[in-house]
Amino acid sequence: MNRKYFRAFLIAIAVVSAFVIFHYGCQESKDLTAGDEAGKVYVAPGTYDDFYLFTSGGFSGQIGVYGLPSGRMFRVIPVFSQDPEKAWGYSEESKPMFMTSHGFIPWDDAHHPKLSQTEGIADGRWIFINANNTPRVARVDLSTFKTAEIIEIPNSGGNHGSPFLTENTEYVVASTRFSVPIPNKDVPISSYKENFKGTISFISVDKEGAMDVAFQILVPGFNYDLAHAGKGPSHGWAFFTSYNTEQANTLLEVNASQNDKDFIAAVNWKKAEEYVTQGKAKTFSTSYFRNHFDEKKHMGFAEQKNSVKVLLPEDCPGLIYYLPTPKSPHGVDVDPTGEYIAAGGKLASVIPVHSFSKMLKAIENKEFETTIDGIPVLKYESVIAGEVTNPGLGPLHTEFDGNGYGYTSSFISSEIVKWKIGTWEVVDRIPAYYSIGHLCVPGGDTRKPWGKYVIALNKITKDRYLPTGPELTQSAQLIDISGDKMKLLLDFPTIGEPHYAQAIPSDILMKNSKKIYPIEENDHPYGIKAEKDARVVREGNVVHVYMSTIRTHFSPDNIEGIKVGDVVYFHVTNLEQDWDIPHGFAVKGMQNSELLIMPGATESIVWTPLKEGVYPFYCTDFCSALHQEMSGYIRVSPRGSNVAITFGTGK
Amino acid sequence: MKTQSKIIVVAASLILVLSFFFPIWYIDLEAPQYPEGIGLEIWLNKITGQKPHDLNNINGLNHYIGMKEIVPDAIPELKIMPFIIMFLILFGLASGISGKRFMVYLWIILFIVIAAVGMYDFYLWEYDYGHNLNPHAAIKIPGMAYQPPLIGSKMLLNFNAISMPHIGSWILVTVVILAIVALFIDKKNKTIEVSNA
Repeated sequence: MNRKYFRAFLIAIAVVSAFVIFHYGCQESKDLTAGDEAGKVYVAPGTYDDFYLFTSGGFSGQIGVYGLPSGRMFRVIPVFSQDPEKAWGYSEESKPMFMTSHGFIPWDDAHHPKLSQTEGIADGRWIFINANNTPRVARVDLSTFKTAEIIEIPNSGGNHGSPFLTENTEYVVASTRFSVPIPNKDVPISSYKENFKGTISFISVDKEGAMDVAFQILVPGFNYDLAHAGKGPSHGWAFFTSYNTEQANTLLEVNASQNDKDFIAAVNWKKAEEYVTQGKAKTFSTSYFRNHFDEKKHMGFAEQKNSVKVLLPEDCPGLIYYLPTPKSPHGVDVDPTGEYIAAGGKLASVIPVHSFSKMLKAIENKEFETTIDGIPVLKYESVIAGEVTNPGLGPLHTEFDGNGYGYTSSFISSEIVKWKIGTWEVVDRIPAYYSIGHLCVPGGDTRKPWGKYVIALNKITKDRYLPTGPELTQSAQLIDISGDKMKLLLDFPTIGEPHYAQAIPSDILMKNSKKIYPIEENDHPYGIKAEKDARVVREGNVVHVYMSTIRTHFSPDNIEGIKVGDVVYFHVTNLEQDWDIPHGFAVKGMQNSELLIMPGATESIVWTPLKEGVYPFYCTDFCSALHQEMSGYIRVSPRGSNVAITFGTGK
Repeated sequence: MKTQSKIIVVAASLILVLSFFFPIWYIDLEAPQYPEGIGLEIWLNKITGQKPHDLNNINGLNHYIGMKEIVPDAIPELKIMPFIIMFLILFGLASGISGKRFMVYLWIILFIVIAAVGMYDFYLWEYDYGHNLNPHAAIKIPGMAYQPPLIGSKMLLNFNAISMPHIGSWILVTVVILAIVALFIDKKNKTIEVSNA
């Protein structure tokens, strides 16, 4: 090789190497977080996280419970979807919780967890979450981390815009994603503009948490998207975004994206209460379920309701106003002072921020653009406080840190944008990996944000984790907001799709966490208080087994006299009164699920043996040193056999 | 006895009333599975768990080694002890009011004898629970007994049993010390009077 070529060859190698090194170097630096980030998320073994984080499971229908800053998962709370691990939706006690006017619905799509509030501050009593598909709202008790109540929302085509709360949890609000004929009836879909309507519902919550649909407002047939109630000076009002004000019924991606502005509906719910008291509400007959779980009886009860009060805006002046808001707004978020209402115009180039005080003035001065079905549309210029320019592409949701800044997620440009309330200028931005939907600052939608972090809730993870075939984990990202610049600290995977999340300081919840259910308070009709009460009772072809568990045996653990074709109910009471000692129960060939019974609780499951023989049963939760011995046998005799019922333990 | 000493003896007798309101002894059981703690409190008239369900849970754990259940109602001493203490209170009051030195001496002696007998009785119960085991127990370790210590700590399988006096005992000790102090002051005063004379 001649010298000149050799030199050229060397140069070529050098250039290629430089590219390769640069390329890989860059890839590495993308993922490396510099400095003390690891220390900021490290929660030493045996110590506690500072915050609980509750994420919605999206299509999983459940709620995930995590610790912050570690991102460690503690629990999945079954809410709308059956969970055979915990017999949720399989045990006789939990089945009523799944009842709706459409029958037993074993799943749903759960989007927005929302912590109960007192004086506008998260109080840790309950967390609410919506079912998007079969419109419902659930209430989870945060002393037991168990779903305590599920209420169906009548006159709703889809429950996306919920469950947002008023300042003292007076109401859970809900708006309809899909408009439908109300009451629902058989009409051509093309008659949308004429026949389709939306509703905005106010679900009252009493001191014990019991929910009731207090009243609904019948609204024009737009798609209502998200909501937030006012706080402080705006307490008494609630705000709902809408899109598809074009009222398209097909190809919405194009047809619902034509108008320059859609609306935020501002509802004066104190006024609504007055109209209801004055008897202005019409009574619509309908059908919906309210299901609650009685903690003393350890049993769910489904209750069907047949009517609801509905207010019509044209009969109720001052009840509702529309605030024009650019381009199909998604989120609507009220700042901690209650004055500013930020909208995420998902196709807009700015974040419009409305002023509550300007809105009141505009209403007083009747600065209306037009009126739609009795609802005055306020002038944009009369209500707008400012526009955040250059907010990224596809702004969706805003949370606040309590220090005068808003944090908005931008889906299309996949980033969080930090902006200053009042000057409306963007002061910082940080990428999200990838396609962020909601975001969460602890207390960031309340009057008292705890700040410290913003959590990005992402739709796509692509290359962020080890691949697991076509379906990848979804994820959350923990970002430090304590300084001027946002700093990425941690990625962590989540169950299902984390639409929205809520965080609360650990000490608020920890002190209320129940350890056991006192056995003396167990009022389950088939529960037993002591082992001596264990028994087997035949009533025709139905057999009730009153069974107890205590380390480390079932009572009874030998049962004879069961016949093919019998319907056998096992009512298992866990007599333990010790923390963290559940017992499990499973019979060979069980067609529904196992049971997992907490100390002091009773759970029932039905078994219909199909063939004669002897069937073992055992405890599925490793309870003690002699867990493997915790088992028993059931003898199943042929139909018509005369083997008598006998039972016992240690005989 | 001088008034000062009389008052101290009467006060000591009244302080003894407090022993009804506090446990006399406690047995802590420490194990890896019980970071929140589990244990017993022994009162004049009852045995309770340190937390609401501790006694049942301890009985549950004990069944593995075949120890018999601790049933407070089946322990006659718990019925007798309140009367003995009431007798001591009345005796103390009588001693204080009468101001007879020999009665105070007698009171102290009675006190110490009763305490010693009580401790011995406690030891016997512990011995019985620790040794008198069900031969069909799930866990049988040859030569192993589960008698908790009278005072101090001892490893019993995975549990470290710590047996110590509780507030009630310190009340008893205080009462005895006060009685001795009363006698001491009285004697000192006498000496001073004698020397003055």
